[in-house]
Amino acid sequence: MLIKGENANATVMQVLKDVYALRKPYGVLYKKKNITRPFEDQTSLEFFSKKSDCSLFMFGSHNKKRPSNLVIGLMYDYHVLHVIELGIEKFVSLKDTKNSKCPEGTKPILIFAGDDFDTTGDYRRLKSLPIDLFRGPTVANICLAGLEYVLHFTALKGKVYFRSYKLLLKKSGCRTPWIELEEMGPSVDLVLRRTQLASDDLYKLSMKMPKALKPKKKKNRSHDTFGTTYGKIHMWKQDLSNLQTRKMKGLKKRPVEKITEDQEKK
Amino acid sequence: MEGPSVEELLAKAEQDEAEKLQRITVSKELELEFDLGNLLASDRNPPTALRQAGPVPEAELRALARDNTQLLINQLWQLPTERVEEALVARLPEPTTRLPREKPVPKPRPLTRWQQFARLKGIHPKKKTNLVWDEVSGQWRRRWGYKRARDDTTEWLIEVPDGADPLEDQFAKRIQAKKERVAKNELNRLRNLARAHKTQLPSTAGMHPTGHQSKEELGRAMQVAKVSTASVGRFQERLPKEKAPRGSGKKRKFQPLFGDFAAEKKNQLELLRIMNSKKSKLDVTRATNKQMREEDQEEAAKKRKMSQKGKRRGGWQGTGGKRKGGPPSQGGKRKGGLGGKKQSRPPGLGSKRKAGQHQGGKRRK
Repeated sequence: MLIKGENANATVMQVLKDVYALRKPYGVLYKKKNITRPFEDQTSLEFFSKKSDCSLFMFGSHNKKRPSNLVIGLMYDYHVLHVIELGIEKFVSLKDTKNSKCPEGTKPILIFAGDDFDTTGDYRRLKSLPIDLFRGPTVANICLAGLEYVLHFTALKGKVYFRSYKLLLKKSGCRTPWIELEEMGPSVDLVLRRTQLASDDLYKLSMKMPKALKPKKKKNRSHDTFGTTYGKIHMWKQDLSNLQTRKMKGLKKRPVEKITEDQEKK
Repeated sequence: MEGPSVEELLAKAEQDEAEKLQRITVSKELELEFDLGNLLASDRNPPTALRQAGPVPEAELRALARDNTQLLINQLWQLPTERVEEALVARLPEPTTRLPREKPVPKPRPLTRWQQFARLKGIHPKKKTNLVWDEVSGQWRRRWGYKRARDDTTEWLIEVPDGADPLEDQFAKRIQAKKERVAKNELNRLRNLARAHKTQLPSTAGMHPTGHQSKEELGRAMQVAKVSTASVGRFQERLPKEKAPRGSGKKRKFQPLFGDFAAEKKNQLELLRIMNSKKSKLDVTRATNKQMREEDQEEAAKKRKMSQKGKRRGGWQGTGGKRKGGPPSQGGKRKGGLGGKKQSRPPGLGSKRKAGQHQGGKRRK
């Protein structure tokens, strides 16, 4: 669901249009401008999501304090979960890159680079939003020749660089092809501004998995912090009298003659 | 002289393979984390090369992207593949990243009557074979469906049973019995659904024809039958002297005379607040628009009637619909009619309306 704010400037509108083009069959781009503030009042956003049955939204606006603002949000059961505000610094749109494009509706490859994505809590949420936004429907099989484009997010010096490349599979000597990338599509430099994360209980509710999908716990296995897997083996009752222990040669029972010989020598 | 020996050839082949592998291998400090179900890869290496580069590291970003993509593609190409219609298709594993759900988990449905009974008695569903041996045709046929094993419907001869009436139609009896079974099944299914959604089925009391039904019951049954069409009774014709049914609208419900004191107090205070506030309760724009729409509709209906009458009589009589420069009494009448509203439209307009002369709200479509 892509909504335009009150003073959306050309950059922001073009970003929304590009994202809509990338997610063609599943996106809804609203044409009129809406005067709402996503961080203060969320009732209108929830109303829109109920009407259009979308749970992800992007809201673009522009004012003096926050130029070229993009708000991305995720909803659960038509209530807002997370909202993240990003500022657009540099933007090159789909139209400006003169290379060939890929057909719409293809499932993209998503790559996140940079250790910031795992260390900072905000960045972790920031990671889950584009995954949700850009991954297509979950499929069981994928045609290997149909992997067309790559969306690459890099976190560097407080900024997030978003680039999209077209994938060219070249021949290498063996079965796996050699990759070459060609710049295609929108490239945006983003700065993280504000975030509003979900309340804990709503987040817990949203992460609840139905019993059928929960991974089945295997019995008698446990894991260490270092990653070692321990297994438990249950043995039947053993007869300890017939146990094979270490051979103590010194304690072996000597034959009787040898003892008498020693005694005689003494 | 011998050509290159076997060992030399083998060594050369190994070297070639190593070179080829080198082309597609990428070395990284930390391994990437792959989530192949989502076609996702996360690179945790700190981007030192990028930091050293200048303000806009496009080329370095591209190189980094290329390396990461190569690693992901290597992983993908190792998945089990199969050939589907001349394309190589890899089977993806389940996505491992846990993302929040979009809608809440569906609630478990309540058990149906049979399921409750079976649970009580400890009855488990018996596993049945797909095919059954059919004696008549001498082959294995399916248990139900097209060309099933014991098909009643295709019998060309039915013997009249001992105690039955010889003039009865046994074929029709069979078809009727089947219809009754299907209807009973459908009824039970609807009942189970109603129980699951905690609603009630519409009652069919008095709708089944017995010989002894009173006039009122018959009347009610007839009304229900009239409304049970696809257009909810809109195009059902009435008999020549039949009157329209009275009292078939919604029943009005009234509050009890004395009951909830808190609610009554709240309502009365709310009323006082509305009366005190300066804001008018009447939305002038909506009221004027409604009035204008009604007038439009009236005129359109009149025009249609006139045109129909004119056509029937074979020619136009007069101008029919709009008349230019209507008599001033029309405007006067209009004003009287609008006396109830706050603002009135300018008098003397007649039936012709000009766009700029509205005093009410803007015309909204």
